[in-house]
Amino acid sequence: MSETTRAQIADPSPALAHAGASATVLQIFLEFLLIGATSFGGGVVAYLRNSLVAKRAWLDDKAFVELLAISQSLPGLNSTNMAILVGDRLRGIRGALAGIAGMCLPGGLLMYFVGMVYHEHGDHPLITAALKGVAAAAVGLILATAVQLGKRSLEHPADLVFVVLTIIGVNRLHQSVLTVLVAVGLVAILWYHPRKTEKEGATP
Amino acid sequence: MKQLPALLRVFTYLSLLTVGGGMAAFPEMKILTVDVHHWLTFPQLVHLYSVGQMAPGPNMMMIVSIGEWAGGILGAILVVIAFFGPTSLLTWMVGRLWNKLARWPWRASIQKGLAPVSIGLLLAGCFTLAKGAVTGLETATIAVAVLLILLQYKINPALLVLAGAILGALSFGPK
Repeated sequence: MSETTRAQIADPSPALAHAGASATVLQIFLEFLLIGATSFGGGVVAYLRNSLVAKRAWLDDKAFVELLAISQSLPGLNSTNMAILVGDRLRGIRGALAGIAGMCLPGGLLMYFVGMVYHEHGDHPLITAALKGVAAAAVGLILATAVQLGKRSLEHPADLVFVVLTIIGVNRLHQSVLTVLVAVGLVAILWYHPRKTEKEGATP
Repeated sequence: MKQLPALLRVFTYLSLLTVGGGMAAFPEMKILTVDVHHWLTFPQLVHLYSVGQMAPGPNMMMIVSIGEWAGGILGAILVVIAFFGPTSLLTWMVGRLWNKLARWPWRASIQKGLAPVSIGLLLAGCFTLAKGAVTGLETATIAVAVLLILLQYKINPALLVLAGAILGALSFGPK
């Protein structure tokens, strides 16, 4: 923490530097274990905010939103990226490892046993029938997520073009996700290239 | 045992494709786990992925099942490390650099540019899933009903997926 003073001068959100001085590695692990075990139905972000901001006060809302922005702009799941970032802010690399281990353990154990049972009994007619319904519902769930995300983050008409190009690349032209990601991503990033007239970040 | 190197390779690669969420990697996951390595069939992948939506925590923990089928308990552990390791490392490093990156003008460009691409990848993954999941009028009805209910009401999606299971058992189960 010898860099604290330098960091505070450069840091646009000094709240991050002070957050969660009271959390131990074990507490971080247990809190994320609890979130990992109870966050049914996706929407882990709401569970995270509830626990880390409202209940534990390890982060304030501003810090939470900032960490979420990092999580969302990098590859990886929001839930595990948040576990890494929050754990690291609270207790460094050991906190990050504790966070992600707690986050993944309950669902991982569950799917380990579900996978075994499915392997044994997956061809039972009643299970196959139920799973057909589950899969159909999952499609609806993901479509709803896409619509909700789209409403929030698509601002420019060009965004719609990038969405459609991505879908065509993967589903119609059968290009690998990596190829499409690099190709369309590059064009989209260049489209939003920095303009000189834009004012710079959060300079006070 | 001999599948372990392939599991490591495949899930490390898939890890880096999860831009905007795990679904982005789904089309590639289908090709690699089903068509290339034959660890499971496409219907099995669709089922495991969908069941995984009901599990708590990160919504891609169904990869553990694939790891277990292909490589036992070692496979299960390896797959988790391979799938979450690379992105976690990247996130950890960028998280530490983030405030320095605040003054890098391309940061905003990357965020704005990747937002529509990640939604496109989410939909592309969804359409790949739908090819295996929406096979007739009944399944299409369930999918559309879940979509409309979720857009209209605040309800835990896991409950709707569970309702899908019951509807599926009723419409396709043994009479």
